[in-house]
Amino acid sequence: MSEETMPEHVTGAEQIGLSAREAKAAVQPRDAGNWAAKVERLAVEQRDGVRGTNVAGRRLTGPVQGFGKMWEKTYTLNAGQVTTPQDAIATWKAHFPEFWPKGNRFAGALAGISPGDVALLDLAIGGGVKLSTGVFVLYADQESFTLMTPQGHMFAGWITFSAERAGGATTVRAHVLMRANDPLYELGMTFGGHAKEDRFWAQTLTALGTRLGVPDPQVQTRSICVDSHRQWRHAGNVWHNAMLRSTLQTLTAPLHRRSRPAA
Amino acid sequence: MGEPAVVMDVRQAGGSMAVVDIKGDVTAACEPVLMSAYEEASGGGAARVLLNFTGLEYMNSGGIGMLVTLLVRAGRQRQKLAACGLSEHYREIFELTRLDEAITIYPDEASALADAGR
Repeated sequence: MSEETMPEHVTGAEQIGLSAREAKAAVQPRDAGNWAAKVERLAVEQRDGVRGTNVAGRRLTGPVQGFGKMWEKTYTLNAGQVTTPQDAIATWKAHFPEFWPKGNRFAGALAGISPGDVALLDLAIGGGVKLSTGVFVLYADQESFTLMTPQGHMFAGWITFSAERAGGATTVRAHVLMRANDPLYELGMTFGGHAKEDRFWAQTLTALGTRLGVPDPQVQTRSICVDSHRQWRHAGNVWHNAMLRSTLQTLTAPLHRRSRPAA
Repeated sequence: MGEPAVVMDVRQAGGSMAVVDIKGDVTAACEPVLMSAYEEASGGGAARVLLNFTGLEYMNSGGIGMLVTLLVRAGRQRQKLAACGLSEHYREIFELTRLDEAITIYPDEASALADAGR
């Protein structure tokens, strides 16, 4: 009778017949499917209805990489007692672009909002110019999702859309943690940009509230300057400034059309 | 905001470094717990605060946002913020959000202590 000997380095998982890969999957944290996979630079395909420039090849930027003062802004709406947080977020994800104020375009992936998706944006900045940039879906679960910005966007940071139940009612919230990406944007934010952003998200939440059946949606806004220091070491972010580049792209578009060979 | 499902214990590790052992879920709901732990860690005059994530079970984007806020507070006090014990999954999240450019990541507490002692 031969004695079977166990190899020295047998893990518990292998003892119950799991491969190393299966064992790794078995110990994945609960949030594993909610986060986007790591990316160095954004890759995106062209989408209908937006220019789609200033996104491909860009790196993501968080508040650490931004230039301006750091702001924490919260826009809150009482969505009433009927809608659950899950329903509110499902509606928000499925119809995200429809809640944006007129003149702004959000071209996301066909499947809605999932971790790792890149959406292309055309934002109205006046003078017939659209600021073309994008956002990256950093995180998404049933009660929240977070978008992170690329180089060249007005903000370096992220915005989290969430819903929660409190006191028998559902509250939906947009929470922004950002710095202006470069000195030009910082100047713009100081002279009207913050007010414009506040209006943008108040209108968005109002539109969401209307869709959720809230009779008279009232949005509460709270802004806190978390860090009043500007990060001058990131002043060079202006190289990627999507507003300057979009303006240039708009001005030179006729030249490009003329130089393109006729089909 | 829900109840925080996290425990944070503070201890001094020598070399003017304080360690915050984080066990449980890191979400925006645990901000008061983290800030309280940070104040306790700073109370001893620590020049460096090490966040030990060995017991981390869950983190959402609210948790990452809270770490950015903590980073600002630490910066005001001219303290260095470091992290250790991150699993590969959470390390990748730090890299994805580029928090690793401001929070030094060590594989374990011993490496952080060795670096602080240099």
